[in-house]
Amino acid sequence: MIAFALRRLLSAVPTLFVLVTLAFFLMRAAPGGPFDGERTLPPQIEAALAAEYHLDEPLWRQYLRYLGGLARGDLGPSFQYEGYRVGELIAAALPASLSLGAGALLLALVAGGAIGIVCARRPDGALDRVLGTLALLGVSVPNYVVAPLLVLLFAIGLGWLPAGGWRPGTLADMLLPTVALALPQIAYVARLLRGSLIEALAAPYVRTARAKGLPERTIVFRHALRPALLPVISHLGPAAAGLITGSVVVEQVFNIPGLGRYFVQAALNRDYTLVLGVVLLYGTLIVALNFVVDLLYGALDPRLRPA
Amino acid sequence: MNGARILLADRRLLAAALALAVVLVLVLVGPWFSPYACDEIDFAGDWSAPPSASGAHWFGTDSLGRDLFVRTLCGGRLSLLVGLVSTLVSLAVGVAWGALAGYRGGRLDQTMMRVVDVLYALPFMFFVIVLMVLFSRHLLLIFIAIGAVNWLDMARVARGQTLALRQREFVAAARLSGLDDLQIVRRHIVPNLAGLVVIYAALTLPQVILIESFLSFLGLGVQEPATSWGALVNDGAREMESAPWSLLFPAGFLTTTLLLLNVIAERLRAALERPGR
Repeated sequence: MIAFALRRLLSAVPTLFVLVTLAFFLMRAAPGGPFDGERTLPPQIEAALAAEYHLDEPLWRQYLRYLGGLARGDLGPSFQYEGYRVGELIAAALPASLSLGAGALLLALVAGGAIGIVCARRPDGALDRVLGTLALLGVSVPNYVVAPLLVLLFAIGLGWLPAGGWRPGTLADMLLPTVALALPQIAYVARLLRGSLIEALAAPYVRTARAKGLPERTIVFRHALRPALLPVISHLGPAAAGLITGSVVVEQVFNIPGLGRYFVQAALNRDYTLVLGVVLLYGTLIVALNFVVDLLYGALDPRLRPA
Repeated sequence: MNGARILLADRRLLAAALALAVVLVLVLVGPWFSPYACDEIDFAGDWSAPPSASGAHWFGTDSLGRDLFVRTLCGGRLSLLVGLVSTLVSLAVGVAWGALAGYRGGRLDQTMMRVVDVLYALPFMFFVIVLMVLFSRHLLLIFIAIGAVNWLDMARVARGQTLALRQREFVAAARLSGLDDLQIVRRHIVPNLAGLVVIYAALTLPQVILIESFLSFLGLGVQEPATSWGALVNDGAREMESAPWSLLFPAGFLTTTLLLLNVIAERLRAALERPGR
């Protein structure tokens, strides 16, 4: 088991390496630089700026310098926010994004899971049909449509909740953005679990459990749910990617000072190092989640445990 | 497999396809019947005029006084065009990649699929955003960027199917008759992937439309005066306090189209995966 985990961990290294390299050279290949402003700077100042940020070095030198910094845990200086390291900037924006994303992921798993179980218990029943249609709708309505509609309804129309802003720890502020972010994923998880649970409930070992006279609750939760969770678990990686993408929009609509909004701003400002840092962080997050998924697989289904 | 027969056998599929056809016709033909052009400002009307059934503007106007009905339809044209072209790009790349890897097998297969695995783990949406910001926001680039993101699934599925096809007699026959690998892939493998490709095209189309409107929502997609559903939803979201209709109409069109496409994809998959076909 430990050997397997180590092997998987090692295989993440080339992925992250490709990520850094691709992102680095993509940014540098683009026309326009971080210091192209409204007014042209005197050549001496421009040269001094370039030297300060090592932009005058050949590209491969800059690349090696960046990798060297990474190895020491340094993401480099921000080009736009003078005197700040990228690490500091990310650390400042991370809490808001992280609590939003984690909350949405939890909500998606709990609510989506509950809907999926309810639907799978009586497939093609009235409740299944209604919830199934809603789930299909949920998959089809993107975050950036849900978010403004929720604001329109609950903030502007009914006036129950604030339309935006982010005071840490305030539930009222967190409710609408979390729901807006989670909604498509709730629908997705519900559909996934419904499908796999229906299949699991038809399996021979469930018939055996029924024949033993076990209560329905035990059958569903102890016997059928475990294998049925596998597709949901393997969806965790894509779900995280979806939530990260969605958070860019949700943070914009609700005016939340998080990483997603930062990212778009930084890209528009050509703040190379900040963009690189954020892409790297997101990439690492997704790779890490996929690693957890692999480990969970073995925990849930003994047949998938590495020999 | 007879397409028309599948369509007629499944009522929900038929209903969704017909509804989608209505949306398509409306989007394609509608603007010709409107007295306004897509980017025409009605100086006689109000800014953000409310919608009216009897008045000149059925969906009202946007904050610049442009007719929202015709803008919604024009936006639809662009969203659907981007969707269609990007889907074709991603299918072409994905099928070629998957079929080649699956047919050749061995080292090449391992390397090619390892590339797909690595790319899977990357936060691709962010690369698209970076691409859109850094290079000029040309329509062509939107096609390429979105297509480049979306071919991975298709490659995996095409490879899987090719592995099975490779064992079939007609492939052996083709090899015996002296065709080289590329000819076999092109003439014998790819045509046999058609059914699968149709399903994945139907699944990819809504995803791609979603990505385009996501970019446009962030202001990184199509540029004024051109518009798309995502851009219109973005405009509408800014005006929604005073003019909620400017959000609701484009959002309704976008959501309806995505929903119909998802229903069609799902029913098609059910029809083609049904045992005993």
